[in-house]
Amino acid sequence: MSDFKMPALGADMEAGTLVEWHVKQGDRVKSGDVIAVVETQKGAIEVEVFVEGVVSNILVPVGARVPVGTVLARIDGAAGETAQPAAAAARSTTPQVVAAPIPVARPTIATGARLKITPVARRRAAALNIDVTTLRGTGAEGAIRLADVEAAARALPASAPSIRRGVDLSEMRKAIAAAMSRSKREIPHYYLSETVDLHAALTWLENFNRDREPLARILPAVLFLKAAALALRAQPKLNGFYESGAFVPMSEIHIGWAVALRGGGLVAPAIRDTDKKSLADLMSSMRDLVERARRGGLRASELTSPTMTVTSVGDRGAETVTGIIYPPQVAIVGFGRIVTRPFVVEEGIAPRPLVTVSLAADHRVTDGHLGGLYLAEVARLLQEPEKL
Amino acid sequence: MTSDEIRSLLLQLISDIAPEADPSSVADDADIREAFDLDSMDFANLVVAIHKRTGVNIPEVDYRKLFTIGGAIAYVEKALGQPDSGG
Repeated sequence: MSDFKMPALGADMEAGTLVEWHVKQGDRVKSGDVIAVVETQKGAIEVEVFVEGVVSNILVPVGARVPVGTVLARIDGAAGETAQPAAAAARSTTPQVVAAPIPVARPTIATGARLKITPVARRRAAALNIDVTTLRGTGAEGAIRLADVEAAARALPASAPSIRRGVDLSEMRKAIAAAMSRSKREIPHYYLSETVDLHAALTWLENFNRDREPLARILPAVLFLKAAALALRAQPKLNGFYESGAFVPMSEIHIGWAVALRGGGLVAPAIRDTDKKSLADLMSSMRDLVERARRGGLRASELTSPTMTVTSVGDRGAETVTGIIYPPQVAIVGFGRIVTRPFVVEEGIAPRPLVTVSLAADHRVTDGHLGGLYLAEVARLLQEPEKL
Repeated sequence: MTSDEIRSLLLQLISDIAPEADPSSVADDADIREAFDLDSMDFANLVVAIHKRTGVNIPEVDYRKLFTIGGAIAYVEKALGQPDSGG
């Protein structure tokens, strides 16, 4: 028997709302199956189970808002195992509803099925108490859009207004404010930056992309991501967590990739084993994460597993970005906008594409010397793009 | 495809990428990256979608020609070998 709990999906998450069950009592589940969707300040998050067994008891109804750590369901046949990874597990509590559940009669979806729905449509459906699994999406690849929800609402008989409140961007802003305030309050940041010549990297990338179809091309940000991950192998003290007054190093490198959401807000889900993935795989992972971050469908494990964060502002951002560490991580790396500037090269001065790479790191764990070595390694790796 | 059909397709593809936007309200000479808050990944996805729907393979060196609705329509039209809009 193992407990499937409301996960902690952020440093300051206290509670979440159970909005969908993908299983029913008696269903068999296996590790990696998404069995529930939880609405948090960061939107609707798919929650996986990490044991194999049978759902013996569903303890929390759809619509209930419960504290982090609340047992949502019990899985039989998984003795001695936890239903979620340690990072997502939280203190165990008995089910305690902190907002009145709304009774919703709805069919369950086949285990593992993924519903494509925009966050705004999901919120509207929740507000209208509409079962999203009954809707037909007219968006890309069948994604359910706001218009689909509104059309379904018009087809329904008038009913009492729902008392449930959907998650909105102001809530996400509160979550960001809480996490970043805590970071600035508790973490003694130090900041470093390095200007990196991208002539070699962009020349290589141009050649790489030239004969490839659009879907197979990669963005400069992918090179940044891979270099940032590989450099952690040389400086592993930047990869891990600061917990209970000590640094906990992580052997695996799961970079959190910062994704800006439309209308405001930010999430940084993990790309697992970033250092081991090919550039093509990283591009696919990045594309997938960005889509799911904006349309809905991020998974709990993706929000709880980043060992360091990378943010890249792209071609419409500022020249320099200095990040704020996301607790309990101990470092964040930023890549500014690529700019062309006069640069001293062997033969004199030449126009060169440059990027400013910044590091914000936790002074409780490392010092500027180590941080400088890390940035130097990132710069070195970007001079040899063919080896990334 | 006519010019109007290409326009309609482009607006639909942009709408798929930026569902909250109203593409019909954007002038032909406006920078779509600014108007729809498209980042590098969004623009790359737009190029992929154009390729998928029309067969037009836009090289990176030409991306800047698609930064406006008008430019994108002209580019796709030319690539499809239809210099005249045909209404």
